[in-house]
Amino acid sequence: MASNIKSAFIAAVMAGVIIAPVYGLQIVRSGMETHIEPEWDLVLIGMGLVFVFQAFVRPGLARLLSLRSGTFRMPVLNDKARRGSIMLLIAIALIFPFFTGRAEVDIATLVLIYIMLGLGLNIVVGFAGLLDLGFVGFYAVGAYTYALLYHWAGWGFWEALPMAGLMAGIFGYLLGFPVLRLRGDYLAIVTLGFGEIIRLLLINLYEYTGGPDGISGIPKPTVFGMPMARRAPEGETTFHDFMGWQFNNMDVIIYLYLMALALALVTLLVSSRVIRMPVGRAWEALREDEIACRSLGLNPTNIKLSAFTMGAVFAGFGGAFFAARQGLVNPESFTFLESALILAIVVLGGMGSQVGVILAAIILTVLPEVAREFAEYRMMIFGLVMVLMMMWRPQGLLPMKRPHVELK
Amino acid sequence: MPEFIPQLLQQFFNGLSLGAIYALIAIGYTMVYGIIGMINFAHGEIYMIGAYVGLVTLSAIGVSAGLPVALIILLMLIVAMLVTAVYGYAIEKVAYAPLRGGPRLVPLISAIGMSIFLQNWVAIGQGARDMAVPALITGALQVDIGDYTITAPYSRIMIILVTIVLMIMLHLYIKHSRLGRASRACSQDLRMANLLGIDTNKIISFTFVVGAMLAAVGGVLIALAIGKLNPFIGFLAGIKAFTAAVLGGIGSIPGAMLGGVLLGLAETFAAAYISSQYKDIVAFSLLVFILLFRPTGLLGKPEVEKV
Repeated sequence: MASNIKSAFIAAVMAGVIIAPVYGLQIVRSGMETHIEPEWDLVLIGMGLVFVFQAFVRPGLARLLSLRSGTFRMPVLNDKARRGSIMLLIAIALIFPFFTGRAEVDIATLVLIYIMLGLGLNIVVGFAGLLDLGFVGFYAVGAYTYALLYHWAGWGFWEALPMAGLMAGIFGYLLGFPVLRLRGDYLAIVTLGFGEIIRLLLINLYEYTGGPDGISGIPKPTVFGMPMARRAPEGETTFHDFMGWQFNNMDVIIYLYLMALALALVTLLVSSRVIRMPVGRAWEALREDEIACRSLGLNPTNIKLSAFTMGAVFAGFGGAFFAARQGLVNPESFTFLESALILAIVVLGGMGSQVGVILAAIILTVLPEVAREFAEYRMMIFGLVMVLMMMWRPQGLLPMKRPHVELK
Repeated sequence: MPEFIPQLLQQFFNGLSLGAIYALIAIGYTMVYGIIGMINFAHGEIYMIGAYVGLVTLSAIGVSAGLPVALIILLMLIVAMLVTAVYGYAIEKVAYAPLRGGPRLVPLISAIGMSIFLQNWVAIGQGARDMAVPALITGALQVDIGDYTITAPYSRIMIILVTIVLMIMLHLYIKHSRLGRASRACSQDLRMANLLGIDTNKIISFTFVVGAMLAAVGGVLIALAIGKLNPFIGFLAGIKAFTAAVLGGIGSIPGAMLGGVLLGLAETFAAAYISSQYKDIVAFSLLVFILLFRPTGLLGKPEVEKV
C-alpha cells in the first residue's frame, strides 16, 4: 500500500508537469510581447484525479478485471448472427429516409460513404493485414476523376463512376506494385507518403485541379438521364417534370441517400463474397503467416496487390459519389486525418468484421453530430479512444468469428 | 566570381540549419526504432510541445525583464527538455508499454491515436491558431562574396551550433556511459540484454526521454528562428524527420544525423531551384524512393527476418 501511494504521488507530480504548460499557464499576447496567465485549478484537479486513479482505482480495477476475465466476454458474432444483423441493418436503412427529416438523411448519407470507405479499407487492413495510411489518396483520385472529367470533358456522374473506380484501381495497382514487398510498418509510412504526395500534387497542379480552391459546380447524379434539379439545362426534361411531381429538395436528398445505400450494399456484397473466394482466403492466410504462405506456393506480391487494388477501387467509387454529393472537391477534404478516421472505423469495428465496420462508421459519424457542443473536444477524444481501444480491445468491438477447428 | 557559387553557399547554409532540426527530431525516431522496432508516430508532437513549453517559459520570464538573452534561451531549453522528458516517459508508459509483445501494427495505431490526441490537447489548451514568438535574437551575419551577400541570421547559426554540441554530447554519452552502453546492447538484442541483467524497461524509457529532450530543443530553436508556431507543426516535421531517420538508416544514430542534414539540403535546394511549392513533395518522394530501393538507408544494417 505504501509503495502504491508513493508511485501514485510520483504519477501525480508528473501529471502536474504535463498539464501545467498547456492548461495551467495560458499564453496571452499583449502588444509585441506575450505574458502568462496562470490558472492553477485545472492543474491541481488533474493531479488529484491522477493520484486517486493510481492509488485506489487502478488496483481495484485490476482485481475486478482478473476476477471477471474468466466469465465476462464481449459478444463475438458467428455466421448466423452476422447475417441476421446485416439483414436488419439493411431493412432499417431502406425505410429510414421516409420517416425522418432532412438533416438526418443528410447525415445518414455521410455514414454510408464512410461505410463504403470502411469496407474498402477493411479489405486491405482487416483481411490482408496491410496497414494503409494513405487510403484517402485513392478516395481523392476517385473524387477528382469525376470532377475533372466533368470540368474538362463534360461527363456525367454515371459515365464517370466506372472511370473513377478504374482510375483509383490503376493508382492502387501502380503504387502498390513497388511498395508491397515492404514490411508492415514501412508499408504504412510509404502509403502515408503517397497519400500526402497525391494531396500536394492536387494543390500544386493549379492549372488542372484549381489548386486549393478545387473544382466546384459538380452536378448531382441524374436519374435515367434526367437531371434531378429545379430547372433542366436546355433541351432536357427534369425528373420531376417527367413524373409530374412538384420539385422538392427533399427528393434529391433521399435520392442521394438511396444511391449511397446502393453503392454501400454493392461494396458489402462484393467484399463479403470475395473473402470466401480462394483469393480472400489467401489474404487472410498471408496476414497470419507470410513465410508459411510462400512455402505453400502462394505469390505474396500478387495476393497483396489484389487486396490493395480492390480497396482502392472502392475508395474511388466512394470518392466519385462524395464529389457528386458535395458539388465541389478541394484538397482540404483529403488530409491524413481523413485516413486516420477511416482507419479508426476499421479498427474500432474489429479488423475483418463487416458488421463491426458498419457499426463503427455509424458511431464515429453520428456521435460528433449529436455532441455538437463538445465539437472542440471531438478530435482529442477520438485520439484517446484509438489508444484505449488498442489497450483493451485491439480486436475491435465486434470481432469476426473465424471458422476454426480446435484439438480437444 | 560567377554568381552561382555564393548562391549555392547561401542555400547550403539554409539547408544545414533546417537539416539540423530534422536531425534532432530524427534521433528520437531512430533510437526508439533501434530498440523496440516501433515507429513512434507521436514523436513529432513532442517537438511541437517542446516549442510551446519554450514559449511559455519565455513569456513567464518576460522579454523585457532584463535577463541576458543567452540565459533566457538556456532556461527555455532546459525547461522544455525537462517537461518533454516527462511527456516522453509518460507516453511510453501509458500508450506503448502495455502493448509490447503484441502484433506490430497495434502500437503503431496507438501511436497515431496519441499523435491526434496531443495535437488537440495543445490546441484546446493554448488555442489552435498561429502564435507569434517574440524575436529574441535579431540580426544576421552578412558575408560579401563578389556582388552577392550571404545572409546568415544569428538564430539559424545558433541552431547549427547547438545541434553540433548536442550531437557530440549524445555521441559521447552513448559511447561511454553505463546507460549508453546498456542501450546499445538493447538495440543489438533486447532479450539477450534482458537475460544479462539489464533492466530493459528502464532503457526503453531512457530512449524515449532522450529522444523527447532532443526534439524539444529542435522545437524551441525553430520557434525562435521562425517566430511563430501552432499545434499542428509536429505532424509534417515528424514525418520529415522520420524520412531523415530512414534515409540515414533507421536504428543508427550517426545515420539520423546524416539523414537529417541531407534531407534539409535536398529540401532547400529543391525549393530554390525547382519550386518552393514542391519541397514537401520532394521530401515525401525521397522517403518513398529510399524505402523502395534501399530500405536499410545509408548507414543501416540489413534486418534479417526470422521465422
